[in-house]
Amino acid sequence: MIDDLYQEIILDHSKKPRNFGHLDASSAHAEGFNPLCGDRLTLEILLEGDVVKDARFVGAGCAISVASASLMTETLKGKTRAEAEKLFERFHQLLTNDAANADDLGKLAVFSGVREYPARVKCATLAWHTLKAALENSDEEVSTE
Amino acid sequence: MTTATKVFDVAAIRQDFPILHQEIHGHPLVYLDNAASAQKPRQVIDAISRFYQTDYSNIHRGVHALSERSTKRYEEARIKVQKFINAPSAREIIFVRGTTEAINMVAQTYGRKNIGRGDEILITALEHHSNIVPWQMLCEETGAKLRVIPVDDRGDVSNFDVHANTKLIAVAHISNVLGTVLPIREIVRRANGVPVLVDGAQAVPHMKVDVEALGCDFYCFSSHKLFGPTGLGVLYGKTALLEKMPPYQGGGDMIASVTFEKTTYNTLPFKFEAGTPDIAGVVGLGAAIDYVEQIGIENIEVYEAELLEYATRELSQVKGLRIVGTANHKAGVISFVLEGIHPHDVGTILDRQGIAVRTGHHCAQPLMDRFGVPATTRASLAFYNTKEEIDALVRGLAKVKEIFD
Repeated sequence: MIDDLYQEIILDHSKKPRNFGHLDASSAHAEGFNPLCGDRLTLEILLEGDVVKDARFVGAGCAISVASASLMTETLKGKTRAEAEKLFERFHQLLTNDAANADDLGKLAVFSGVREYPARVKCATLAWHTLKAALENSDEEVSTE
Repeated sequence: MTTATKVFDVAAIRQDFPILHQEIHGHPLVYLDNAASAQKPRQVIDAISRFYQTDYSNIHRGVHALSERSTKRYEEARIKVQKFINAPSAREIIFVRGTTEAINMVAQTYGRKNIGRGDEILITALEHHSNIVPWQMLCEETGAKLRVIPVDDRGDVSNFDVHANTKLIAVAHISNVLGTVLPIREIVRRANGVPVLVDGAQAVPHMKVDVEALGCDFYCFSSHKLFGPTGLGVLYGKTALLEKMPPYQGGGDMIASVTFEKTTYNTLPFKFEAGTPDIAGVVGLGAAIDYVEQIGIENIEVYEAELLEYATRELSQVKGLRIVGTANHKAGVISFVLEGIHPHDVGTILDRQGIAVRTGHHCAQPLMDRFGVPATTRASLAFYNTKEEIDALVRGLAKVKEIFD
């Protein structure tokens, strides 16, 4: 059913994305681009020590990619780098592995419907790949833009 | 039976396309992605299968019966292509892997020989990546420059001037995104003797193409968009230009004689057909041309124009829908955006209703930038589509809006 993909929470986050915009000060940023469809987003994160204090994004994309970025930035706050990376791994499992469960994924569990739409997995993971790039690029210095 | 007396019977035509008669996600398939690739009639599928079962062998070599039969079928198909696009000679018809390879071949042979530092290649802003990137690669290699003829807000190509250093003009015949039919004769006239290459991938399935009347120097198209098999295309080039061009690839069949000191190249068209070609594919393309001619390309044009008009009218009534590409002379391609809904979401929801459309940038990113959209949804027509299918698309879009409202 198409409603399993476009659940209320996904539609809500795609229409009113949370954490949309720029950070006043950020530790790292990265740009994500899906050359197949043209979806593009810029993610900015603020790290304090090893902990993600804040995350915001700008960009344009389909409902799945915007909702994913919105829910990701909400989920990230307060997570350590290692926790964030682990979360991506679990999230990716949820989208690609029928046997994966959504335990502990909280709101991110709404993306389990994407599994039935292999062409859309890239949309749901764009923000997370961008996060990975941002974490790899990051340093402790806070840059203000 | 003459063309004029033929009745266009879409229900009978649909019976020739086995793939159309299936359900997708519980709905009858509505295939509106013909600009990406067209479906194959039984006549083409059977011709390829029969050829493998009865006549197949390698060509141009053997003295045995099968090789003679295969060669005959292959060369007969070349003549079918020649007549189909009204080329003066079958020697000017070169079989390649597709439109992309045809353009690359001209860039790498004609281009490398005749275009150098300070020269200019002219393209338009509505080109497919395959008619942009090969020229950029050539420019990088030679120091030549790319100049782009702009398109206006409707999707028509502006007028242009050629300069003393303009060495080649490469344009689409029909835009795969906007549906604009370019005035090739006018472009050739303005070119004032500068060679013109036409990317005809979107034109050949939908309108009568007469390369002599167009006056272009090169014309390229793909078999798979013309209801033929994949992996095959055609490069037409004027004899005088082809003869002066160096070969593209070296190998068997493209030589007259080989010693370790010196190789003499074969004559046209074989000089450009190194190695064993897609023999069965060429036979299949021949069958596809027979099929299209049996329906009549003029009948196809008339039917598709009517369908396009209907689709444009119906889609224009969908609230929040904007058609991208409204040129005066258009073929059956309708790109559109729905306010507040990304094309990818449109495409997924339509697919769940059995409707196949293309979403994305359609391999024309510079054109998307020109129109200020990241992507569009594209419905592209073929002669087997019906008004009922357009109605299904409109109903499908209502469902999309229902989900997002």
